[in-house]
Amino acid sequence: MSIQFLYYEDCPSHDDALDRLKTVMAEVGVNVNIEIIKVETEAQAQQLRFVGSPTILINGKDIVPPPDNAYYSLTCRAYRLENGRISPLPSVDMIRHALQQHFTIV
Amino acid sequence: MANLKPGDSAIAFSLKGTDGQTHALADYSDKNAVAVIFTCNHCPYAQAWEGRFIQAQADYSDKGVQVLAINANNAESHPGDSYEAMQQRAQEQGFNFPYLHDETQETARAFGAERTPEIFLFDKNGVLQYHGAPDDNHDDPDGVQNAWFRDAIDAVLAGNTPAVTTTEPKGCTIKWKQTA
Repeated sequence: MSIQFLYYEDCPSHDDALDRLKTVMAEVGVNVNIEIIKVETEAQAQQLRFVGSPTILINGKDIVPPPDNAYYSLTCRAYRLENGRISPLPSVDMIRHALQQHFTIV
Repeated sequence: MANLKPGDSAIAFSLKGTDGQTHALADYSDKNAVAVIFTCNHCPYAQAWEGRFIQAQADYSDKGVQVLAINANNAESHPGDSYEAMQQRAQEQGFNFPYLHDETQETARAFGAERTPEIFLFDKNGVLQYHGAPDDNHDDPDGVQNAWFRDAIDAVLAGNTPAVTTTEPKGCTIKWKQTA
């Protein structure tokens, strides 16, 4: 099991997103090291298929799979929340739901 | 860091809008306040806040307040911020203010804008009265504790200096073109 957290420094949401990920992991009892990956170049963004910051991968799968025609770039990522609003970071429910799909959670 | 600080005069610009017309800051010299907002299509912060810009324009239009939104992002690296994409977004979201394309990025550089969104609010004399973020909660309009932009508009319309004149802009960085 692996969790990767990819971010781009210029997007200010990454600290909040990482804190949120850690909080939800603690809440649901997932104890896995988070591999934090700083994406710094457009070439790296292409190589990592990075659709924006922040991106969370669990076992290599995006917690909110982007569309097939997604554009890879050093950019900030927009998440559409459950209430329809746009946010620069995934919601608690999005993270929790993704963790539940990959881990046995009490 | 912005090149303008509260008390400074506005910097003139003339840019093409999504309506196909050219809009100069001087065209709005009869307004009681003009909010120049650097924003864009793709940034989630800009998207999260743009509804509040539309609401502000609607609420303050009859009081002589004009919002001018400017997108200066490099469309080569971020195709979602092209002029055509701007036209589409303005239509889809129902922008009730001009959405201007700073293709050369000269206006953004002159202002010293760095983020999207980033607000420069000028009074009727063209003096900067507020610079910074719209408010303190991009995620939830109902959770806003400090409505800096709207408070500043109210102050300017009342002929007062806003209680808060500067906040830290929060959002994506403006995507600059590579310089030779």
